[in-house]
This record gives sequence, structure tokens and C-alpha cells, in this order.
Amino acid sequence: MRIGVDVGGTNTDAVLMEGRQVKAMHKAPTSRNVNDGIVIAVRNVLNIGRVDPKDVQAVMVGTTHFTNAFVERRHLQEVGVLRLALPATRGVPPMVDWPDDIAAVIGRHHYLVEGGYEFDGRPISELDEKAIASAAKDMRAKGIEAVAISGVFSPVNGVMEERAGEIVANELPDSSITLSSRIGRIGLLERENAAIMNASLVDLSASFITSFKQALAELNMSAPFYISQNDGTLMSADFVEKYPVLTFVSGPTNSIRGAAYLSGLKHALVVDIGGTTTDIGMLINGFPRESAAAVDIGGVRTNFRMPDILALGLGGGSLVSQNGKIRVGPRSVGYRLTEEALIFDGKQLTATDIAVAAGFAEIGNRSAVADLSEAFIEETANVIHRMVEEGVDRLKTSAEPLPLILVGGGSILIRKSIAGTTECVVPEHAAVANAIGASVAQVGGETDKVYSYEQITREEAIDSAKSDAINQATAAGADEKTIEIIDLEEMSLAYMPGNAVRVRAKAVGELRVC
Amino acid sequence: MLNIATADHERAFVTLEDLEDLAQGAAFLGTGGGGDPYIGRLMAKHAIREYGMPEIIEVDELHDDATVLPAAMLGAPTVLVEKAASGEDIDHSVKRLAQLIGRQPDAICPIEIGGINSMIPIVAAARLGLPLVNCDGMGRAFPELQMVTFHVYGVPATPAVIVDEHLETVIVETHDGKRAEDLIRAAAIRMGLSVMISCYPMTGRDVKNYGVKGTLTLALGVGRAISQGRKHGDPVEALLACLRSTEYYNHCKVLFDGKITDLRRETSKGFSIGHCELDALDGGAQRMTILFQNENLVARVDGKTVAIVPDLICVVDRETGQPVTVEAMKYGQRVKVIGTSAAPILRRPESLAVFGPQAFGLEEEFIPIEKSGNRGRI
Repeated sequence: MRIGVDVGGTNTDAVLMEGRQVKAMHKAPTSRNVNDGIVIAVRNVLNIGRVDPKDVQAVMVGTTHFTNAFVERRHLQEVGVLRLALPATRGVPPMVDWPDDIAAVIGRHHYLVEGGYEFDGRPISELDEKAIASAAKDMRAKGIEAVAISGVFSPVNGVMEERAGEIVANELPDSSITLSSRIGRIGLLERENAAIMNASLVDLSASFITSFKQALAELNMSAPFYISQNDGTLMSADFVEKYPVLTFVSGPTNSIRGAAYLSGLKHALVVDIGGTTTDIGMLINGFPRESAAAVDIGGVRTNFRMPDILALGLGGGSLVSQNGKIRVGPRSVGYRLTEEALIFDGKQLTATDIAVAAGFAEIGNRSAVADLSEAFIEETANVIHRMVEEGVDRLKTSAEPLPLILVGGGSILIRKSIAGTTECVVPEHAAVANAIGASVAQVGGETDKVYSYEQITREEAIDSAKSDAINQATAAGADEKTIEIIDLEEMSLAYMPGNAVRVRAKAVGELRVC
Repeated sequence: MLNIATADHERAFVTLEDLEDLAQGAAFLGTGGGGDPYIGRLMAKHAIREYGMPEIIEVDELHDDATVLPAAMLGAPTVLVEKAASGEDIDHSVKRLAQLIGRQPDAICPIEIGGINSMIPIVAAARLGLPLVNCDGMGRAFPELQMVTFHVYGVPATPAVIVDEHLETVIVETHDGKRAEDLIRAAAIRMGLSVMISCYPMTGRDVKNYGVKGTLTLALGVGRAISQGRKHGDPVEALLACLRSTEYYNHCKVLFDGKITDLRRETSKGFSIGHCELDALDGGAQRMTILFQNENLVARVDGKTVAIVPDLICVVDRETGQPVTVEAMKYGQRVKVIGTSAAPILRRPESLAVFGPQAFGLEEEFIPIEKSGNRGRI
């Protein structure tokens, strides 16, 4: 038995799962204190399912807690940034492109020292251990307790970052240390940014994990708990304590994964209609298609592994207006739907009112929408369907029709067929797909390195990338027997002979405990 | 005393806030290549904060015997996003070249306005306290050192100085620009795939005679048109309106409005040759194929050539107008393919011999975009 929890900005959802079966679900508004909401949700599904807490083998949590903290600049720590690079990179110091308001919170404590690697793993300079020690002493004098360490081409070779981490730990035994090679891909600034963001969140993460552990103890649960990350795989609580940044934007991934699980489909389009927005994503091989574009979070550029999502301003709470032309959204009553929609005796005409008037769903007081003309209802429903059709078409990679999986609380808006799709699947429990997605998440590992095919053969390079990814998945808690490589990408570096090729590999497997 | 006349007209002025638009315009003129100017923009921003914005001068402000030195990055942009540049390496290449030729530079000149090399000269000029000439040697991006108007008209590429982050320096002197390209590329690999270069030492007269003038401000105008268009609803239309008003890119059209349906890359002789297939978005049966090396080389609709190098073939996001480099292209992207004329000097027979279709292994002749059928809207 497993429990999946998704803590969104609006709702906290929990599900109790036994095998493929959803035994109980709970949907509640997210409380001001995020932890309380999680505890209430977990207690509720245990009660509804009449399950002894001791029979729960694992708890999986998806949360936007850390993303929100960063975006809102709350509970962040000052960070010392140590870059192993000189004499390279001096032209672009750390945080050069950060918004001033967040840089002010994190501080501009930068230390550049000799070190770093070339693309093929040769050192740029010998690591300047003395300079690192004196940087650490300076941080101690400033009272800095969070340190981000980034090195040039550290995804190719992480040894210098690790050594620098040891030296800093020696000088600052109580500090938290983030190594960029553990969280990011090639692209020094984006990887360094992610490391700095991570370091700024470690205190918050530690208190989140501690209080969550206490809460589980209060509930008499001894199961380990995991947190889902943005690529749809899980991290252990201990890992999240050190790397909270990896939870950023895991919500849409969980929805897509949950939709895959509920429907049993591996290749499909997923439309998740919430209260205010609709997220459309593409499921390939059971995983969301990833976006290639750089992603700004709170004004800071990163290169996180993110699902390719198209967001539309359409949801159950979207306001419907008629000013010559019928418009739906993007303004929405959001979580106040149950107070403000006509069918809930409110005063606003929402997309949900249209769905009820059209007979797509039976909720609230249908007589409140009896006055709407049939033509208006039909035309508005058509507008809503066309918005989804256009979104689906924008995301598809070929003209070939695909099945469409419809999830989320707002899925009642769609009842007619959508052009470009073979069928529309609305799985049972579609309203809590994100929590289910968290509960079924797998464990993964990834590698991203540049190889010179003049120095080793292509086969050797690919084998090495694959085994690195598999080792990382095993280290993260995957059952070795179930690990498979789900993604392998090769890309020649432009403008250079010498056959330098960047190889990315990603492996996933089932969690060892359940 | 600098060899620069006093300006009798208003000078172009670029501010820190303009860098983003300039980078965007440069990415467009990169025609798919030239490297993402993002990291270059950050280097420029840092250098300007530290040293101030360099003065931008027009070509006709240069004395005929002024000394003008280019500054550029050479190598793999993917490596530059890790190693960036130290800044000192950029100055060093220029200073060392000045030493070799025994003349102090009066101004810095961009050699390639498309992509990252729009930004490196700003860093050089800011750091060295020299004016920056509003000009380059192609008005776009090209993959090799000799593919520049200065080479076409006999300005020697060498002495050329390449410098890595250790300020270790390789000096190349050859009889021929293509040979210089070969030797420099080989050295750059050992130096870590991303080096700073100063080459083609020129006089003011050379720049006046062979430069593609005004391209720095053209790039800024193009980038600004896209950003402004985004605010007012139609960035691609705003971009086309801007291109039409320019001296070089005025023959321009949307060659295709489609979705990327196939991408293949093959590596041969160190250059990745790619094929990009697009399906029409209007539901029609037309297909476009774009062949690219590091830049887009030729665009064909149902097998018929609609634009070919050195004319510019630029892929932009159909909603935002954001230029899409070949490295960032992916399946399913919805794009508009825009073709524009190249500067007239690039279309002369002697130029086509250096960077026309045959220089890239294509067998067809160059056909100016305005004469290549009537597809799309002029």
C-alpha cells in the first residue's frame, strides 16, 4: 500500500493506492501551513480506506513548496558561491543576470578560484586548494552557512567539485554544500544558478523534511517517504533535504504520469484542466516529452529537465463573457468556484456553469442556469472545445491522430470529440491524477557528458553514458532488475572537427521498497 | 591621437538595455548558426558595467589610414557556455596583433554580426577603451574564417592571433585565408574548443571599401522590431516590416509556415550537415526541406529551391518571432521560415566563389531570393 500526495497552490490531494487500485482519495484546500495540509490529507485517506498506518509501505509527495518559496523570495538563505574555473569564465561572474531583489536576499558572495576542466576532461588549471580554504574562512567570517560550488565542465568530471566540497566542509563543518554537478547539465551559468537556488533553500528543506517526519511519526507511520522531482522520478527524503531544487515544477509532470498510469497508455496527449489553467503535455514512452528551451524561475535562468507543457487560460472557474463574441477565460474565479459560480448560488457565469447547463456534469444547482439559451450554451461549449483542439494541435509532433487523456477537476468541460485525436479517455479518479502520478513515480538517473570520438569509439562512449545513468538510478534507490534506459541523445558539437559529441542518457526503474 | 574624424552627424548609441534586443537581432542574422548570443550578452553586460559602453562610430568616420582590428570568438558555442571568456583573452588577442603589425588600433570592428560574435567586439571595445565600428564582414554568420568580404577582396587573414583562457597564444601566418582557417581550427581543438581571435588587421580604407556597413545597428533594429511586435501582437509582421526598410535585407518573405516533422544530422569532416523537414500548417500538402551546416544553407519547397546561401534563411517561432538556432530546433516546433536578401556585396561573383552554394558542396547556382519563384509574400 502506498500513499501519494500532491500539494498544489490551490489544493492538497492525497490517494491511497493498493497495486493499481485507488482505495481512497481526499481533496482539500491547501492550508496556509503546507505541512498541516499534508498531514490532514494523509490521515483522511487512512481513515477512509480503513487502513492501519503500519501497512503503508511508502509515501510519495509532490510539492510546489520550494518553487513558491523561491519565486516569492521567502525563507531563503544567503549563499557563498565558489566557482572552480580560473583563468576561464572571468568575463561572466556568478549571478550576473539575476534580478536585484533576489540577489539582495542571497547576497553577492562570489569566490573564483583556479580549477575546472576542458570539454574532454583535461584540467584547465590545477585546483587551488589554498584559495578554496581561504574563501571558506571568509565565508565563516561573514556567517554564511550555505555554499554552492560550480566547476567548468563538472558534468564531465566531478572530482574537483567533490574535493572543493571536502575542503569547505573542513573549514565550515556546519554548512550545507551544493555541488552543481549533482543537479545540472552542461551550461555553466544555468547549472550554477540551480546550485545557488538549491543552497538558498536547504534550511527550508531541512525543516520541511523534519516536520514531515514528525508528522508521520504522530500518525504511527514508519514508511519511508519520497518526493517527486521535475522529470517524473522520485528522490528519497534524505536526498531532497540536500537537493530541494530538484522538486521545482514537478506538478505538471505528476499529472502527465498519473494520466499515463490511470489510462494504461504510453503514447498520448494529456489535457489537465484545473480551476484556472489547462496544461497540455505529450506522453512518450510513458514519460512527458521534455522541453528544450531554457526556463526562467523567479527571473533566474535554469536548464532544468522540464516537461514540454502548453498552458492555456482555461479552467472550471474561467469566466464566460459575451461582448459580440463569446470569450472564455483567462480570468477565473479560481478556488472560489464553489462560492461564485451560478450553480453554487454565486453571481459569476463560469465554464463549469456551461458544462452543467449543457448536461456534461451534474453538480450544484442546475436550475440556476436554466435561463441560458440553448444556442448560447452550445456556442460557448464549442468555444471551449476549440480552445483545447487548438492547444492539442500546437503540441502534436505529427498529423497522426493520438489518443487523448483528460484529467483534472475541470475535465467535465469536455464531452465532445477533439479533432486530431483517436479517442478521449477520461480515467476514473481523473481529478486526483497528480497525486496518483506522485504515487507511481519511478526512480531515475541521468548523465550528460561530452566525449571525443577520436579518443574512444562511439560504442564505448554510449556504453559509458548508459552505465553512468544506471549507476545513478541504482544509487537513488531503483531496483536494478527493473532499470531501463529510456532516453539516449547524441549531438555533435558545432563548428569543430575532432568529433566531439555530447551524449545524454537517462535510466529509470521501480522503487526498491514496493 | 586616434585616426578618427569628428562626427558631423548623430552617432548611433547603444545602451545596456539594448543588449537584449541586439542579441536577439544578432541571433536572427545568425541564420540558424553563429551560436546563441546569450552568454555573449552577459559578457558584454559585465564589461559595460565595469568599463562603460564603447562609442559606436560609422565607417565614414574612420581615416583611410586608421588601424582597425576585429575581435571574435572561434570554436564551439556549446563549449563557450561552460568556459565563457575571461575578458583578458579578448584584449590579449587584439593587443598581440597590434604588436605584430607594429600599429596601435584606432577602432574595433565586428567581423561576423550573426550570433555570439556580435557581442565579443563590444567586450573588446569596452575593455580597451576603443570605438566600435558599425560594420562587419558579412551581415550574417558563416562557419569559416575565410568566408568574409575582407578575404574576398584580398585583405590577408593573417597574422592571426588566437588566445585561450591561460593567455597562451598561437600566432598563425599563412599565404591564404583557407589555409589559416585549417591551421587555426586545428590549434583551437588543443586549446579547448573555444578561443578568442583577432585577425584581418585592416586600414580604415579596407573597412570602407569592403565592409558591410551599419550591421550593428541593423541587428539592434531587427531585435527591437521583434520585441516591439511581441508587445503589439504580431512579431513576425513587425520583423518583416523592419527588414523591408533596410538596405540589405529588403527582399524578404515568409518562405514557409510550418511544423518541424523531421530532423536528421550527419557528421562529416567535422561539420554537422543537417536536414530539417517541415509540413505546412495550413493543411496543404507542401513540404519544406532546409539543409543546414552550422547555418541554414538552402530551403526548398517540394524540391524547388526558394532561398539559397548567401541569402539568409532564418527560422523563427511563429508566435513569438524568437529566432531558432539549428541546435535548438526540435520536432513539433511551429515556425515561420523567413528568407531575406544578403547585402549586395555578398552576391557578387567573386564573393559567391568564397561563400556561394558551391563552397558548401551544393551543386546548384545561386539564385537571388527575389527571383526564385513567387512562393510566399514579398
